[in-house]
Amino acid sequence: MSVAPQMPKCWRLETKVHKFCPGCGHGLVLKALGEAIDELDIQGKTVFGCDIGCSLLAWDFFNIDSVQTHHGRTTPVITGVKRANPELIGIAYMGDGGGYAIGSQHLVNAASRNEKITVVLVNNTNYGMTGGQMAPTTLPGQKTETSPYGRDVDSTGNPTQGPEMVAAITPESAYVARGTVSNVRQLKKFLKRALENQISGNGFSFVEALSGCPTNWRTNAAETWKFIEEAMPQYFKIGELKVPGDKKEG
Amino acid sequence: MAGKPIEGEKRAFMTGNEVVAWAAVAADVDIMYGYPITPQNEIMHYWTRMAPKYGREFLQTEDEISAGFTTIGGVLAGRRSFTATAGPGNTLMQEAMSMAEMMRIPIVQVVTQRGGPSTATVIYSQQEVTMTCFGGNGEGARIVYSTSTHQELFDYTIKAFNIAWKYRFPTFVLGDGYQSKMRESLTIYDPESRGIKMVPTEPYMGNEGLPGTDRDPHHLRNTYNTEDELYGVVTDIMKNWEKVAPEVAEYQEYDVEGADVLIVAHGVVTRAVQGALKQLKEEGKNVGHFRPITLRPIAEDQLRKRAEKAKVVLVVESSYGQLKKLITDAIYGLSTPIKTFLKPGEGITAEEVVEEVNKLL
Repeated sequence: MSVAPQMPKCWRLETKVHKFCPGCGHGLVLKALGEAIDELDIQGKTVFGCDIGCSLLAWDFFNIDSVQTHHGRTTPVITGVKRANPELIGIAYMGDGGGYAIGSQHLVNAASRNEKITVVLVNNTNYGMTGGQMAPTTLPGQKTETSPYGRDVDSTGNPTQGPEMVAAITPESAYVARGTVSNVRQLKKFLKRALENQISGNGFSFVEALSGCPTNWRTNAAETWKFIEEAMPQYFKIGELKVPGDKKEG
Repeated sequence: MAGKPIEGEKRAFMTGNEVVAWAAVAADVDIMYGYPITPQNEIMHYWTRMAPKYGREFLQTEDEISAGFTTIGGVLAGRRSFTATAGPGNTLMQEAMSMAEMMRIPIVQVVTQRGGPSTATVIYSQQEVTMTCFGGNGEGARIVYSTSTHQELFDYTIKAFNIAWKYRFPTFVLGDGYQSKMRESLTIYDPESRGIKMVPTEPYMGNEGLPGTDRDPHHLRNTYNTEDELYGVVTDIMKNWEKVAPEVAEYQEYDVEGADVLIVAHGVVTRAVQGALKQLKEEGKNVGHFRPITLRPIAEDQLRKRAEKAKVVLVVESSYGQLKKLITDAIYGLSTPIKTFLKPGEGITAEEVVEEVNKLL
């Protein structure tokens, strides 16, 4: 007897199997996001924006109105939508390059202005779609196409601590968390809380999701998982950093 | 909410930036996204003073890149949205305008030209013609109106929103620092009182019904995977553009019948040329003036018709040949010589135009 895979209701079945590389974490993040959307019953009023880079492959992922914009510009596009129609639930979905490098000014300022949107940032410590170059989140010593001898923090700086930065510059009504694809149940809870924070009109909501890139990491399944579970959380602590009026987890 | 911003018609004496803000309010614009840069700042200043009175919104973004993309977001949500900028800000905004070209997003951008390249001056120029007409990567299509009076700033700002939403091409109102800062008389009006109906807006995202059940979801993208796919999309845009262009192109002519010298100028320089024509006529010279109102698309057939009969075409502009490029392209193949009077970043007087014309006669 075969069992059909469980997919979120809001996934668009016509575009499955999805286009991410085998072993990529995007599918898991989008599954958690889809389930959160289902459970909150907001599919009909959600708008989804994605960046250039691997996240753009999610442009037709959901049965949800979606827009794919330029590298780093998803945050202002969704900000513009939400400002023009506050009834909608706006999700800006991007990678670490889009959020912490080319689009960092947008992330910082949207957070500072406490925009009522939800930003989901997938951190896989490198630029996936352009072929594995160094990202702001590349770990010290990690080899990439533009740090072939390993990232030298003396010349390139330390990995960006995104949620920590967002937590530091947002008011108390913001929600900030870091989850991981190695704990999808928890990640889903964070995403759901981030969306609830927007639904209740509180403020900016930000979730970073640690994820894998086996293609550019040149790792097999076991090593990919080891990197996600062991190497990444050493620098990127899992848990909630800011929960309005509630108890943090992690 | 308060009533209409303008009841019927009203004479006014105001700066160009104020005119743009009044026009946008009168045109039922819902939201402005903007970032400060001289000389367009007062558009935002007046907008932010008027907007709350009429239930309109404003967001001051972190930079012009964001202003461009948030304006796109506003349009995607189905609201009449606009932004304004100049100079280096116009440069930054081209990224968003390029996306608007690809996705046929009816975004309106007001440009008040300042000097360039780079920071240059904050005062005046006609040096943003090339960028405003052709600033995107690829060959996107866009509509650019070049205004020469405050009345036109008012008229064409209103018109820009209707043309943008009717044809779904990004639309620009190209003014300049002189127009921004000087005061002039004009008539402001409620568009409805002149029978101008604002083209209704509609959302690209967040429409009624559950996507996937009641309707298909709207999946907007500007990334294409194959050459063939992109070829299809761009060819479609350009075919549509070529069909629309003759309907959109606007121009004015002054004394062009039998003119030996055909002066071509746009924007405020048109006013100097009209002053010069008056004097040259008194001197019995055969001089005419062709003024493109839309710089893109340009009224090519009409311009060719006039240029063909002239002995010489004189292009007069406050830039180093940006208009001339458009004219050369439009009349390619004619044997009429093209002469120029180019003053990048500097104003042009009627006396200077007279002197230049006399050199040719």
